[in-house]
Order: sequence, then structure tokens, then C-alpha cells
Amino acid sequence: MNQRQTAMVFNSPAIDQVGVVERAKRFTARSIKSEAKMRGLEMVLSMIDLTTLEGMDTEGKVKQLCYKAQHLHDSIDGLPNVAAICVYPNFVGLAKRALSGSGIKVASVATAFPSGNSSLEIKLADVSMAVSEGADEIDMVISRGRFHRGEYNFVFDEIAAVKAACGTARLKTILETGELGSLDKVRLASDIAIAAGADFIKTSTGKIQPAATMPVTLVMLEAIRDHFQKTGLMVGMKPAGGISKAKLALHYLIMVKETLGNDWLDSEWFRFGASSLANDVLMQIAKQRTGAYQAANYFAID
Amino acid sequence: MEESNKSSSENERLEVLKTYKMYIDGKFPRTESARYYQPVANDSSLGNVCLASRKDVRNAVVAARSAQAAWARRTAYNRAQILYRIAEMLEGRSQQFMDELVRQGVASEAAEFQVAESIDRLIYYAGWCDKYQQVFSTVNPVASSHFNFSTLEPVGVVFAVASQACPLLGLVSLIAPVIASGNTCVVLASENSPLSAITFAEVLATSDVPGGVVNILTGRIEELYEHFSRHLDVNAIACDGLGPELNTKIKEFASENIKRVKIYHQDWAVEATANPYLIQDFCEVKTTWHPIEQITETGAAY
Repeated sequence: MNQRQTAMVFNSPAIDQVGVVERAKRFTARSIKSEAKMRGLEMVLSMIDLTTLEGMDTEGKVKQLCYKAQHLHDSIDGLPNVAAICVYPNFVGLAKRALSGSGIKVASVATAFPSGNSSLEIKLADVSMAVSEGADEIDMVISRGRFHRGEYNFVFDEIAAVKAACGTARLKTILETGELGSLDKVRLASDIAIAAGADFIKTSTGKIQPAATMPVTLVMLEAIRDHFQKTGLMVGMKPAGGISKAKLALHYLIMVKETLGNDWLDSEWFRFGASSLANDVLMQIAKQRTGAYQAANYFAID
Repeated sequence: MEESNKSSSENERLEVLKTYKMYIDGKFPRTESARYYQPVANDSSLGNVCLASRKDVRNAVVAARSAQAAWARRTAYNRAQILYRIAEMLEGRSQQFMDELVRQGVASEAAEFQVAESIDRLIYYAGWCDKYQQVFSTVNPVASSHFNFSTLEPVGVVFAVASQACPLLGLVSLIAPVIASGNTCVVLASENSPLSAITFAEVLATSDVPGGVVNILTGRIEELYEHFSRHLDVNAIACDGLGPELNTKIKEFASENIKRVKIYHQDWAVEATANPYLIQDFCEVKTTWHPIEQITETGAAY
């Protein structure tokens, strides 16, 4: 099958960029009353993948992050835990031990994150290492260079191979939309990832600007919706990078609800990849409870 | 208004009137609440002025907080240069400020004095930027082997309620000492005479003062005092010329996170009201115990 045929097999619709931007903007104009806002904020917390993906990560930093995941802000009662923590493969074992019994999942980036420029063997070895250490979820990156060359088969095969290597771990496929160039490409990449077996599609590594934006996320949500309507199978969504404010996170929840429906409003099917979002959400919850605007230095550094 | 109509019909040209907006984070936004009020002077309206809401307070405090660390890190010498620059810019526009003060009901001689004195006051505090530390810091005698010294550090974010009666000089007399030591501030302008404050913001915006170091709101103290005095990210409050009841309420709310509250009832026209103790009012004392050899044993001394 040549490249043109592959693209036709996926039959990705052309994206109306202006329309998508307009539509995405409308989600930010909903009025949310305080009770709904509180529930929404708690839901956001429960959907966060608390993330540290720095070259300077240490065991201490990862332990601290795991503690934070289980004790978001102890002076506020009844807060949910975050959904998962997201680390590099060499910290998976440590995180798994630190989180044992908490129900919080461990996600690991793999496949030569963040560039994805390596051989398939090395990528699979990377995945196997994370899985054998006990990772519950694998965040892979697609080969953007190959994608831009039109080698969609290659991208598809790679995702399918990584999915096979994941075993029972759930696979999140990072499209790195900031490097894809257009919404049409985002839609095509989403369709390829979904068809190749991704359990989640994810916008970004967080290393490239722009990272997650609402229009890009909307295009991906629509790919998930179309796939669901065709096959009845659910695929998860994870916007990552650039979502650091509670208000923006609520806008995303509204977009998910209005595009995919209530079934996706669960950490099983929707996640935020973020490091500083949790504290902002906590500050908003504390503001709602006490009536006083909060300051960052009363909250744990993560 | 009548006068401007007449002159425009004579010249057959419509006068372009300035929209008085607020000053937050180096920009001139309208209030998020879209409300306005019409202060009156000499029996005529001064125009539609933004009526700030609690969310404007929130936004301004966020701007002040994010600008604070970088402003405090600047050298004292550089802060002095910038304060001097504000004075230079004000000097160049003194006629505009005089006209505006007269429009707000200040007698013409008093207006001239207020503008000249405001410029001088900025020069005065520019001079103090790199000198107050030497005056207020101490080396303390202690009965152990330590070199013990105390220096001043800025408290952080200061919320200032500017003088009602003295719209320009009162404003400048508070802002200058507050920012001289590296604090950033949010200022609530005189409710009845807010125009000078906004025009002063234009001076700040062209004086190399980084965005967020000074933020100016216009509105009513009764609506806002609870929100800034309970705000956990405000470190100190300066109240000028408020009634005893309001001062007590502000102090009560401020006690929630032991904010410093300074109450002033000054006639800022008096030259002696400009003094370095105003800088000290918004500084904390940091004392350092530096271990040294047993000086009494060796006979060494400082």
C-alpha cells in the first residue's frame, strides 16, 4: 500500500481551522456556578497525571512527587488523589514502591522520549524496561519526522509494535501537535494512533511550544468521537503541557463533556498532564472554602 | 464637557477624549466587571471611570507577585535610576498633570505645587534607594562566637489605599518609598479624583518600571477592602486617610495571616512627611548569625 492509499484508508476529514477555533472559544464562555465549580475542581484533581520529566530529576524529587500525589493538601479534608504520576523509566520502580497501596497509577514515558529519534529495537527495549519495573501506563511519542515524510505506515506499525510490547499496560500516544503544523495533520495522526491501538491519545511532550491548546484538543476529541460512533470503542484523551490554571482546566472539562459526553468525565478516559496545575486547583478550592484568596507559599512545592 | 463641545464646533473637529482605564501588569485593561462610575468635580462629571471588582484586585495581586522577585533582585542603584526616570517623565508632562488636577477641583496654585512636589519626592526617594540599608542595618553585639548583623528586606506585595484629598502627591508619596526597597504594589486611587493616578500610570509605563511593579485600580474602598485585606498573597497594607472604623476592619481581616498594616493621616504637602522611615515601614529585618572564631580568645576584632 503506498502512502496516498494509507491516508485514504484513514479517510480523515479536512479540518475547518477557523470553525474549530471559534468552537473551542465558545467552551470558555460557559457560566459555572460555585457548587458545580467545586465538583469540577475536585474532578480536575482526580484526573491529573502529576509529572516530572526533567534531566535533573533525582530519586528524592520522585519520592517527593509520590508523597505529594497522596497528600495534595492535608489541611483540606476529602480531596481526591491524583490519577497517576508520570516519570522517566528509570524511576518507575521507585515510584511504584512509593505509591503501593494508594491506587495511584505509575505512568512512564518511553520510546526515546521526547524526540522519538531512535531505532524500533531501542524504543521497544525502553518500553519493556518500564513495563517490567511495573509501569501501569506507557506514554510513547510518535516519529514526527517520518510522519512529515508521509510514511504513515511506518508510524502506524511503530505504534502497533509498542502497543504489543506494553502487555497489560495502557498505551498513551503522544502526537506532539506543536510539531505537526496543521489541524489536518493532527486529525490524521489521531486517526492513525487510534487505529494502531492507542488506549489514549495525548497532545504533547511538554517540551515543545505550543503544547496543548483547546483547538488542538478539540480536533483530537472529535477523532475519538468519530471512532466511537463507528466502532463503539472508547479511547482516552490527555492534553499535556501549558495547562496550569484551574479555570482553563474547567474549560477543558466542558469541552470533553460537550464533545464526548459524561462517560469520558473519568480519570479512566481523560487526564491532564501537568505539574503546576494541581497547586492552582488547590488554591481555588481553598479560596472557595475560606473566602480568602490564597498564596502559593502556603502550598507544597511539587 | 460644554467647553469641549463649543471648541469643537468652532474648529469643526471633535476632540478626542481619553478613556481612563486601570493599570495592571504594565497594561491598561478595563475592569473585568465592565462597571463604571462617574466622579464629579466642579459640578461636572470627570467621565466614566472603571469601578474595580474583587477579581481586578486578584489579577493585580497576581501581577504584583510575579513581578516582585525580579524587582527586588535588581541592584539598589538600578531602582534609583528608575525612580529618577519616573521623575524625569513626570517633569516633561507637568502641564498635563496641572490641568488635570484643576479639572478635578484642585486650585491652580495648589496643583502647581502638588506636581512640583511630586517630582521632587521621586528624586528624594531615588536618592534613598541605595542608602536606607546603610542607615537601618546594624551589627549587633552578641555573647557568642558569631558575627551578628541585621539587614532590611522588602516585605513583598503591598496594597496601598492612596490619599483621597491629595490625588497626585499622596499617591506618589506612598508608591515611591514602597517600591524603593524592592516591594511591588497595588494601589487603589483616590475615589473622587482618580484621573491623576491613571495619567501617572502612563508615566510609569514609559519610565522603565517593569510591568506589575506598580498596579493602579480605581473604585470604591467599601467594595474592595475585605478582598485585599484577607488576601493571603498580600504582605502589607498601607491605608492613607481612611476612617477609624474601616481601619479597624482592615486590621481585623489582615490579622488572618498577620499582615503588616500601616495607617497614615498625613498632610503630604508638608516636606517632612517624606522620610526614609516610610521605606522601613515596608521592610522586614533579617538577622544573620555568622559563625566566627572565638574572638575573645585570639584578641581579633572587627
